Parts: sequence; structure tokens; C-alpha cells
Amino acid sequence: MSAAGSTTALVVGAGIGGITAALDIANSGFPVVLVEREPSIGGHMAQLSETFPTLDCSQCIMTPRTVEVGHHDLVRLHTYSEIESVRRSDSGGFVVGIRRRAAYVDWDKCTGCGVCQEKCPFKVESAFERGIGPRKVIYTLSPQAVPNKPVLDAEHCRYLQSKWDMQAGRIPSVDKQGQPASPKCGACAKLCPTGALNWDQQDTLVEEEVGAVILATGYDLLPASRLPEYGGGELKDVVDGLAFERLLAASGPTAGKVLRPSDGAVPKHVVFVQCSGSRDPERGVPYCSKICCLYVAKQAMLYKHRVPDGEASVFYIDVRAGGKGYEEFVTRAQEEHHVRYLRGKVSRIYSQDGRLIVKGVDTLSHRAVEVQADLVVLATAIVPRVSTPAVAGLFGVAADGNGFLVSGDEEMAPVESGAEGVFLAGAALGPKDIPETVAQASGAAAKVLSLFLRRRMLETTAPAGEGMRAA
Amino acid sequence: MRVVLDPLALHGAFIREIEAISEQNLLACNQCGRCSAGCPLVEEMDLLPNQIIRPAQLGLDTVVDSTSPWLCAACLMCEARCPKGVDLPRIMDALRQIALRRGESRVVAGDVDPALLAGAPQMAIVGALRRGEK
Amino acid sequence: MTEAGRAYSYFPGCTLATTAVDYDVSGRAVAAALGLELNEVPDWNCCGAAFPLSADNVMSFIAPARVLIAAERSGHDLATLCAVCFHVLKRSDAYLRTHSEAAERLNAFITEGDYTGRTRVRHLLGVVRDDVGWEAVKQRVAAPLTGLAAAPYYGCLLLRPQEEMEFDQAERPRVLQDLLRALGATPVEFPRQAECCGSTLVVSAPGANRRLSTAVVDSARLAGAAMIVTACPLCKYNLDQAQAGRPSPEQLPVAYFTQVMAAAFGLLEVAGPAFAVEAST
Repeated sequence: MSAAGSTTALVVGAGIGGITAALDIANSGFPVVLVEREPSIGGHMAQLSETFPTLDCSQCIMTPRTVEVGHHDLVRLHTYSEIESVRRSDSGGFVVGIRRRAAYVDWDKCTGCGVCQEKCPFKVESAFERGIGPRKVIYTLSPQAVPNKPVLDAEHCRYLQSKWDMQAGRIPSVDKQGQPASPKCGACAKLCPTGALNWDQQDTLVEEEVGAVILATGYDLLPASRLPEYGGGELKDVVDGLAFERLLAASGPTAGKVLRPSDGAVPKHVVFVQCSGSRDPERGVPYCSKICCLYVAKQAMLYKHRVPDGEASVFYIDVRAGGKGYEEFVTRAQEEHHVRYLRGKVSRIYSQDGRLIVKGVDTLSHRAVEVQADLVVLATAIVPRVSTPAVAGLFGVAADGNGFLVSGDEEMAPVESGAEGVFLAGAALGPKDIPETVAQASGAAAKVLSLFLRRRMLETTAPAGEGMRAA
Repeated sequence: MRVVLDPLALHGAFIREIEAISEQNLLACNQCGRCSAGCPLVEEMDLLPNQIIRPAQLGLDTVVDSTSPWLCAACLMCEARCPKGVDLPRIMDALRQIALRRGESRVVAGDVDPALLAGAPQMAIVGALRRGEK
Repeated sequence: MTEAGRAYSYFPGCTLATTAVDYDVSGRAVAAALGLELNEVPDWNCCGAAFPLSADNVMSFIAPARVLIAAERSGHDLATLCAVCFHVLKRSDAYLRTHSEAAERLNAFITEGDYTGRTRVRHLLGVVRDDVGWEAVKQRVAAPLTGLAAAPYYGCLLLRPQEEMEFDQAERPRVLQDLLRALGATPVEFPRQAECCGSTLVVSAPGANRRLSTAVVDSARLAGAAMIVTACPLCKYNLDQAQAGRPSPEQLPVAYFTQVMAAAFGLLEVAGPAFAVEAST
């Protein structure tokens, strides 16, 4: 550490944006602290099957980067962690307190063999699988998880809950014979070859001093339950875009077969509803979510690949395809794959006789239409993550009325926050696709490198201790 | 058919009349069609609800002759779901008012089916007359 | 709940006073059974039967304004049973609160008093849910309606527009389902529970009206309902008429929610023919 300030970077969020920024900075020779609240890195891109417009396998293009960042000598990766406190350091950087949640697994002992997850007898709903499939109580997010070390979901763990109940006297801690009672289950601990289960593990707190920070906390989807008139949150066969990705993904709960969540049947007619909650100042969000027109075209095409005799219909208001190759991509879906595009916002979706009735309209032919679907995919609005405003606030970054982070100058300096040493990238700023996210991440990384290089220059041109601050 | 759009009509009397009666900004409608998708009477209408608004947005008063406002049951489903908060029932009523002011009554008290007069809840008759009588 | 909250101004409306008097009678009976005091608004007039949608005619608000003025004198909330009256009065009240010049002109014209917007307009079903509570309703049940598969039919005007009606969630209404469960019956969910019966098109477009009402009835039957429960005399009329040509065994009885409550409370004399049939089988 020099008087000019730390030249370690902090990147908050390890989706494709955070990973890209971390690699750009680390590969330039500066250390990076990378913090991610999920057990492993990759963000939503890790949930995707293929990406538009190339139809590259998402895991295939991402894994080289996740592996690189997971093994990089200059990257300190804190997963299952959150920023808890921030204060300015004396040299214009930050001292951050990072809380790493108790995983109840000692990752230093764990080899990632996966026996615990395989043998855990209990399944719960998996947020990663978006309602399509379950996970075990002790789990990794995917087989390619980086780090490939599991965490234990204490809330649903029989062993921990019964152990804590006994400790608190809520249930008896001796059995009928007067012997000490054992907590229930504990299968993972019994089977772990390295004894990595640690039932007494606590949250840990670390402090890191950093010279600059990049906020890349990403996005979430509007919960489908906000759309009751579409059966969102109620009808099993009405799912959102990320859930459909899990159906398409080879590593997903159905091994890439498109099956109805309700009965496992192959849907012969899938209806995609764009603008589910977007462009809806009255009852949703006022803005356009930017990526849905493209990912719906992608998902419709992939569905037609998997189920060649199936029908795919898309209800849209406009098709927004401004990126490179995007217009051609959508045209391919329409003209070559016969995805039927109907112009009109769906009024209502309900269930009847095991099918989903979609009440829509095709304004171009001036017809109200009713479509009977087997599966409906709602392209729900992109929204900020619930946790983003709080962590951004710790660094003095504000969110706008929609909860997206505000740049210092939206037009001319979108990756700068306006606060010294704080930069922004990716969907935390607003809906965007992967190429834009990666570009912004590299842009933010370049800003960080520029700041660090100026600090280094100041350090070498001025005597230390004269109190010169980095520009 | 081709229409020469008269710039004056875009700010003209017809739009102003609808907007004064309905207190709605016609330009708020982006023709998403959700109103038409959920309207229970589209089966009988000659023009879809969103189709009624479009010519009006361009200042064309051709829609005054449409049967659609007279088939509107004022069920308010369109207004409940419009993403832009356009109160379409009020626009429909404005069109009814304009049609009545320009032409004849659509519901005439003397022509009401006697069976209805005998047995129907009178609010149905009063309501229909209030909507359809000059 | 204090006793003070149990007295209401009551507006029957024209239809409940005449062609739908069974709704009024059963309503008063179940209100009394629940300890609710309903004081009929003195010298009331027709609410107008249609919420005026045209802004340039203030005089179309005279009828509902006069009712609201009469109700203000009592100092109590105004309760009504007819869904159309509820809709007209509630929205007129909301309109006059936000359009002070219209309220001023009406006040200048109407001699019996001034509209000040003090009175809260409510529907009796909302009063039962919010002021009485389902527990108290359950306690009053003498003959639980076990095994009655009843389709709750809301129609349009009770629910929409949601923010103005302040009655229930328009897309997922629950109050009739909750009432039916409190009475021991089984609510049947069906897709058309909040779709239009045809309303006043019974006069001006009877074919379209018949199509809509028939669709509602068929939707309820398809879902397994043995009865349709409603809160609007026009809905009841339309749904009854849609079935009039069908053989009796195929008809679904349509009852007011107050008649269903009366049956559960053991007040069979006001529960109407739907329950007379039930009682005799």
C-alpha cells in the first residue's frame, strides 16, 4: 500500500460483467477482490441454455472465464458473501467489511466430490431452477460451479434445525432411555470423505482495503405473481423466461427436454408473451426491458429445434432488435422457423381442460384471437435486484425511480458513478444484453486501471509522504 | 383507400370534442391492442376497440358511424388492463354522445321490449336509455 | 369492533325496492342477524343507473349527488347492496371529490343540502368482511352449507376500476370465496367469474347479451358448480334469462349472496327459491 492509495480493485457481483471486469484488471497486474452473494459465480448467464444471436452454448463461452477468474493468482474470490460496511480510507479508497455466510462446509477440506449433494435425502425448491426443478439441502448451483464447493441451506436442514431445537430446549435433548439424542439426518457429514462438514461454522467477517470499486450487481425478473391475470405464480405451465431457459438447458432439471411443469408432457404449442410487465406505467414498470424481443425469438427457435412438430406463437407490441445481427436473427425465427408473430398485448390467460387459453389480439389483421397453448412463457420485466440499492448506497451511489443505479453522466460517462473511485457496469444500470454488459465491464475496468496508473505515476514522481492525493 | 392527412385535423374539432367529453389524452394509446384482446363484445363489433381510437388519433371522424360504441357494455375490462391508463369506456361514451348529437337516438323508450319492461331490473332500462337516447 | 361502527345509512335503490325486492329483504335480514343497523336514506331517489362518463355534463351527476347529500346527514357510512348503485355512488363520490367545480355547481343547484364528501360509500359485502369479520359470520351459521359447490360471480361493476371501487382485487377477487367458506360451502373457481354478463345490452343488443350470459353460466357449470352466487340484480336477471329455455335439471340456480347467507343462518323464509329447492331434495 502506498500513500497514493490502494491499487487493489473491488468488484461487487460476479456475473459476466463482474467476471469480465475482474479479469481485465487482474490480467493487467492489479489485485482484485471479487464479491458474490451466491455460492458460485456466473450470475444469470450461468442459467442460460444458448445466447443470442450466435446460439453459442452459454456455459461453453462462460466457463473459460469463470475458471480463469476462479484460479487467478491476483483474484481473491469471496462467494456466498455480501458487502456489509464501507468507509473511506485515508488515501481516497475504501475499507470494506465483507460478511461470508456460514456454509457449514469447510471449503479448505472439501474436494468438490459431490457425494454430500448426491446423498442428501431432502429436496427443496431451487431459486436457480426458477420453479422447474428442485435442489438438495446441501448443494452447488450447477455441475460447473466455480467454486465447485457446496453450501448447506440451514433453514431446511433437518440436522441443524433439530440440533438448534435441542440446544434451545424446544425439543428434548435426551431420548426415552435417557441417552443423549442425536439430531436428525446428518447423512452428508457421515459420508464426506474429508470430514468437511462443520456444524458450528459461523459467518466470517473480513476487511479489505481497496482503491476503487466496480458495482456489477446485475438484474432480476419481475415476479410472475405480479401478473395474476396471466396466471403468474398460480398456473404451473405459465413460466418466465429464465425458467424456460432451465427447460432448454442441457444441464437443467429436464436435461434439455422441453416438458410441461404440470405433467411432464411435451408441449405442442408454446406461446410467448412479450412485454409482461414492461412498458406498463399503470401496473408494471414503465420502461422497455430491451432483451426480451431477442431472447423470445431465440427461445422460440430453440423450441422448434427440439419439437419440430410444435407450434410457437409470440405476442408482441413491437419487435426491438437494434443490436448487431439482431434484426436478421428475429427474421430467421419468423421466416425460416415459422414462429408465428401476433401483434398485440395479451389480455388474459387462464386454464381450461388442461390447456392454457390465451386471450390476445392481432392488431395487424384487426382480429381478437384466442390461442390454446400447452405452455406459456412470460417475458417478464427486468428489474433491479432487491439488494442492489442498499449496497450501492454504501458507496454513495443513488438509484433512480425504477431502482436502477444512476451514472454520474448518463450520456457521456455511463460507467462512472460521479463518486471518486466508484464505477458501474451492466444490468444494475438498466436492462442490457451480454455484449453491452461485457463492454461496460471492460470500460469500467479501464477506468479503474487508469485511476490506478495515475496513482502509481504520482507515487513515482512525488516524494512519498507529501500528502499528494491521486487525481 | 388513401387519405390525405390534414395537419389541421390533427389538432381539430373532433379530437378536441372527444378529449373534452372524455378527459382522456388520445395520444396516450400506443395501439398495443390489450383492450381488444380482453373485450367480451368483439365478436359482434365491426371495429375493435383499439381500431376505434386509431382514426380518432389522426383526427378522422369516420368512426362515429361504427357499431362498436353501441355494443360496448361498459364492463370496464379494457380500462382495468390498459398499460397506459387510457379510460377507454369514457372515450366510447364520448363517441356515443357525439353520435347522438349528430344523429338519432339509438335506444328509444317506446321500442323497448315489453317483456323487459315487465320483468327486467329497471336499472337496465334506465341505463340503456341514458346511454342511447338523445 | 365497537357498536358505533355498526350503524349504516342504507340505500336500496329502485331495483331492490321493486323487481329485486328479494335481494333487499334477504339483505336486511342477514344484516340484522349480524347486528348491523341499516337506516334507510330518507327521501332517496334513483342513483342514476349509469355512472356518467361524459365530463361536459355536470347535471348528469345530480341524481347520485342528491343521494350522497341525503346520506351525509346521518353521519354514518352509506351501504348498498345493488352492485350498480354501489358503482355509481362510489365513483360519483370519487369524481366530485376531485372535480371541485362540478361539486360547486351541483351544490348551487341542489337545495336540500351540500355535498362535502364526508360520507364513505360501501357495499354490504365489504361491510361484512371488514366490520363484522368472517369469525363472527361463522358463529352465526346455524346450518352450514356443506357440499354446496357455489360459483362466486362478481360481474364487473363491483370490482372495476379497482382503485376507485376499493372493494377487492379486481384480478383475483376473494371476498365471495371467503364468504362461501365461512358459510361452510365450497367455492368453485371458474374463468368467467369477473367477466361481463352483458349488462344493459339486454335492452339494446339482446343477442350479444345472451351470448355473454350463456358463456358465464356454461363456464360455471363446466367448473362443477351447482349454484351461481351474485351481488347484482342485473347479473341475476341476465344469468337466469340465459338459461330460461333449458330444461329445469340443466339450470343452475342463481342466488344473491345475502340469500346464501340467509340459508346458512337458518333464515330459510328469505333465502329464496334456490334454497327451497335444496331443502326439499
